[in-house]
Amino acid sequence: MVTTGSTRVGGGHAGAASGGVPSGIPGLDVDPFAIEFFENPFPTHEALREAGPLVHLDKWNVYAVARYAEVHRVLNDPVTFCSSRGVGLSDFAKEKPWRPPSLILEADPPAHTRTRAVLSRVLSPAVMKQIRDGFAAAAEAKVDELLAKGSFDAVTDLAEAYPLSVFPDAVGLKQEGREHLLPYAGVVFNAFGPPNQLRQTAIERSQPHQAYVQEQCQRDNLAPGGFGACIHARVDAGDIAAAEAPMLVRSLLSAGIDTTVNGIGAAIYCLARFPEEFARLRSDPSLARNAFEEAIRFESPVQTFFRTTTKDVEISGCEVGVGEKILMFLGAANRDPRRWADPDRYDITRKTSGHVGFGSGIHMCVGQLVARLEGEVMLAALARKVAAIEMSGPVKRRYNNTLRGLESLPITLRPV
Amino acid sequence: MPIITFIRPDNRSESIEARIGESAMLAATRHGVDEIVAECGGNAMCATCHVYVDDNWIGRLAAMSEAAERQPNSRLSCQIKIEQELDGLVLRLPERQL
Repeated sequence: MVTTGSTRVGGGHAGAASGGVPSGIPGLDVDPFAIEFFENPFPTHEALREAGPLVHLDKWNVYAVARYAEVHRVLNDPVTFCSSRGVGLSDFAKEKPWRPPSLILEADPPAHTRTRAVLSRVLSPAVMKQIRDGFAAAAEAKVDELLAKGSFDAVTDLAEAYPLSVFPDAVGLKQEGREHLLPYAGVVFNAFGPPNQLRQTAIERSQPHQAYVQEQCQRDNLAPGGFGACIHARVDAGDIAAAEAPMLVRSLLSAGIDTTVNGIGAAIYCLARFPEEFARLRSDPSLARNAFEEAIRFESPVQTFFRTTTKDVEISGCEVGVGEKILMFLGAANRDPRRWADPDRYDITRKTSGHVGFGSGIHMCVGQLVARLEGEVMLAALARKVAAIEMSGPVKRRYNNTLRGLESLPITLRPV
Repeated sequence: MPIITFIRPDNRSESIEARIGESAMLAATRHGVDEIVAECGGNAMCATCHVYVDDNWIGRLAAMSEAAERQPNSRLSCQIKIEQELDGLVLRLPERQL
């Protein structure tokens, strides 16, 4: 599986600027965007970590980091490893982006600093205090409803249904058309991947979802007091231009739902697989927030992002030229034994601070407080009302170039 | 290595050795000061590494970059970079972080 990198010639999709891979960088013949990989990425993650601090993926002609230290370093050096050339494999300097680039995700300082400040403020700790009780009540009601049902699909009926019952309202979206939200996010996260079948099919079918999202981002379509209206209000304050506000609302709709769906799904899947951990959670429901955080580390719902080098740079002794894409394996970093004791164990009392499931540095998930709030109140409601979570049917994985999650997770809840 | 003292709301205190260049948050979490939760890992986003800087030290730290939350001597400990001059720094821990 591992070759040495001295003799191959570059020039594929990602385009090694130097025309070849320098010697000493191990090349791996693995495809982290293939169905077989999605089914079980962990052996490949280990191979990537063990091959070296920097590796080259021959299939897509791109560099990659999978160890915690290197992933953390790339995330925290946005001057050398930029986002404005896209955080997927596609290089915006060479290819037209499939949609207008994000003003926050696909931007660098100083432009990024201004838009980031707006969203940070809209999703701040103070705002979380205002929405917390409503989100908690909705979680309680959802668990009551599911207990009455007994057996159900935890993906559609819980992991999707709960965020969809709170987040679109918090943004201030109209009721009509919300069925486009998950498909739109699916396209966004598939589009970060290479030009494989998943990406091509998603983009080909994206038009109706894009049209819906573009329309909902307009000021007139957003209810007063919601996150969307708060973004538009920053135009009046002079923080952003009128044309920028809809684009920042788009960021909420791109990254605010499917991510929490897969985060909550990951947590339910963990608690169903590890009943002793659910028992610990039941005995102390205040562990709910950390149990969710540990599920983010353990499953890493957002598996990968790319950066592009802005100059020649050395990464742990390996030279990389300017204009190269670097693939960061967040999921592999979150289970790197160099950083984590017993990394393959789901432990709801683990000290999770420092995991990169939400990223790290200036682009770290701006909605992380919303995600934690949703995860915490849902797991706390389960801990108080449910005696046991049992898997009651075959588990099916959902395939996406960036998101790790399930298509179906049949479970049965036993009441306390 | 500079010594930092964390004082809990019940006045139990803990003095730890910090490394120059790291943040007070990292020093605390390395030494198991559990009151410092640090959910975001040091990115000044989650406000779960909040401390109150002792009156004798507040003038020697950089001002908060963000709008004031809580009290004038509030700081996020992930944003307190340890220097030799901070040897003896005293930080008070809040009742709760969330």
